[in-house]
Amino acid sequence: MTYRAEVFVTLKPVVNDPAGLTIRGGLHALGFESVKDVRAGKYLSILLDEADEDQARSRVEEMARQLLANEVIEDFRIELQPEPALAESRGGGPS
Amino acid sequence: MKTGIVVFPGTWSDRDCAHALLEVLGEPVRFVDYRERDLGDLNLVILPGGFSYGDYLRCGAIARFTPVMNAVADFANRGGLVLGICNGFQILQEARLLPGALLRNASCEFRCEWVQLRVEQSDCAFTVDCRPGQVLRIPISHGEGNFFADPHTLESLEANGQIVFRYCTADGRITPEANPNGSLRNIAGVANARGNVLGLMPHPERACEPLLGGDDGLAIFRSAIHALNRVAV
Repeated sequence: MTYRAEVFVTLKPVVNDPAGLTIRGGLHALGFESVKDVRAGKYLSILLDEADEDQARSRVEEMARQLLANEVIEDFRIELQPEPALAESRGGGPS
Repeated sequence: MKTGIVVFPGTWSDRDCAHALLEVLGEPVRFVDYRERDLGDLNLVILPGGFSYGDYLRCGAIARFTPVMNAVADFANRGGLVLGICNGFQILQEARLLPGALLRNASCEFRCEWVQLRVEQSDCAFTVDCRPGQVLRIPISHGEGNFFADPHTLESLEANGQIVFRYCTADGRITPEANPNGSLRNIAGVANARGNVLGLMPHPERACEPLLGGDDGLAIFRSAIHALNRVAV
């Protein structure tokens, strides 16, 4: 089964985020005065083949811990779903 | 003594480090390719500055998984001297051979300028030629040098004497104005608990001759040489 994992990597709340602060300043300068806080982060989209959803999630968690995030400074969040187009073509569904 | 200078794709300070050691100090050097798995008879390993793997994902995150880094970790665990400069410092942190992490500069700007460092520890292999409180003038050149560690780690670094350099004024005062990147407690360089692995953001190899504007950086290379010779004797 093919899954698409979306991994969101963000600085931990206790870590100062100068890029986020700079973006907030830019938004304020544009007149978006309601903006109270901006945190910048990274977004990764990963396509992978795994037996089932649990297996896919645990593999992506391993990837995040080993490489995608640095847990000294970053947190991560994973969103996972089956990749429909690829799943159908693999399953040999109706053309 | 034999020094190995590790070259990753995107490393750029390897030749400058070789110049400082070979041309200025007369020490033999060998370039070590990132694919090598055996460091041979090296006594000192330098991870130089640059942009290994284009700084993709995080500075040093990809270089950390190259074959040579297993050899560097073994070498460090056996007590070998390892010096990480700038991107080399970032790689050593990613490899968990040094504590903390280096965030984007607080200014969000790349900073290339001369700074002053206060030597906080002179019993580290890389500062044995220095006296505590001595001020070294060495340039920085980085966008991500903002030292961070959680409060518990910071306290243990202080207690164990692992903070080797702090950014300071010309007369050795630790002030916010002397801090070029927002590093916690003005930290510019830290060692591991054993004291054989040092990482620092400033570039000692760029301060190795008066022609370059100063030669204070030589103190760090000379210290390593003397520390190794002392062990050999």
